[in-house]
Amino acid sequence: MNDFKIVTKQVNDVIVIATEGYLNNIGGEQISTVCYEKMSEGINKFLLNMGGTKVVNSIGVSILIEIIEKLQQVDGKLGYCNLAPIVNKTFNIMGITKYSTVFEDEEEGVKSL
Amino acid sequence: MDKPTIELKLPVIPDMELIATHTAELVGNHMGLTEEQSAEISMALIEACINAFEHSLSNNNVFIHFIIDDESLIIKVIDQGIGFDKSKVAIPKIENKLAGERKRGWGLELIKALVDSVEFESNEDGTTVTMIKKKNI
Repeated sequence: MNDFKIVTKQVNDVIVIATEGYLNNIGGEQISTVCYEKMSEGINKFLLNMGGTKVVNSIGVSILIEIIEKLQQVDGKLGYCNLAPIVNKTFNIMGITKYSTVFEDEEEGVKSL
Repeated sequence: MDKPTIELKLPVIPDMELIATHTAELVGNHMGLTEEQSAEISMALIEACINAFEHSLSNNNVFIHFIIDDESLIIKVIDQGIGFDKSKVAIPKIENKLAGERKRGWGLELIKALVDSVEFESNEDGTTVTMIKKKNI
């Protein structure tokens, strides 16, 4: 039913992951797989462009917490851009915006990370 | 007279909560709720459904009632699962989650933050979560 997809690219030293669809546990795992693979190659900055994700659940977001934890250990950074208002609100309620950053758009995210 | 009610019966299958959110959107439109209110209801509903699916046995169904009131939308999420003790559910803190093994456990906190009121009735025969979203803030 849910057809979550990601498209990954590298801009300077930032990996940009564009998401599309419902971010649940399966979506979260797709994102974490890419992040951990890139971290093993020494890349520690990630920007999730979530313009194509209008709905999330707390299990999917919990996987982002796991990614933040791992990035903290290597002085890495996680950011998000193009968030739907409810996704932004959910991130704020869960507190992940204290440990990762919300940007307006991809350009700002890549520049600031 | 009984209040207008929409009833859904969801099997315990991954992502069935999205069917509930589509219905919530339609009901929200019918009631003239804002896009923000509808999105908050959908998010709370997703979390309530996920909890219900996790408490339920796979051959059970989860029932959702959307009750249209003059001033509010009342949503009941009813499962026939094993129940839970709300007093034993810890309030999640991001700092603890980052440091700890278990990252999950946010559902009730999100529901409380996104609707105007929420009540839980739970015993060994199942759980009913009643969420109320007022029409006007």
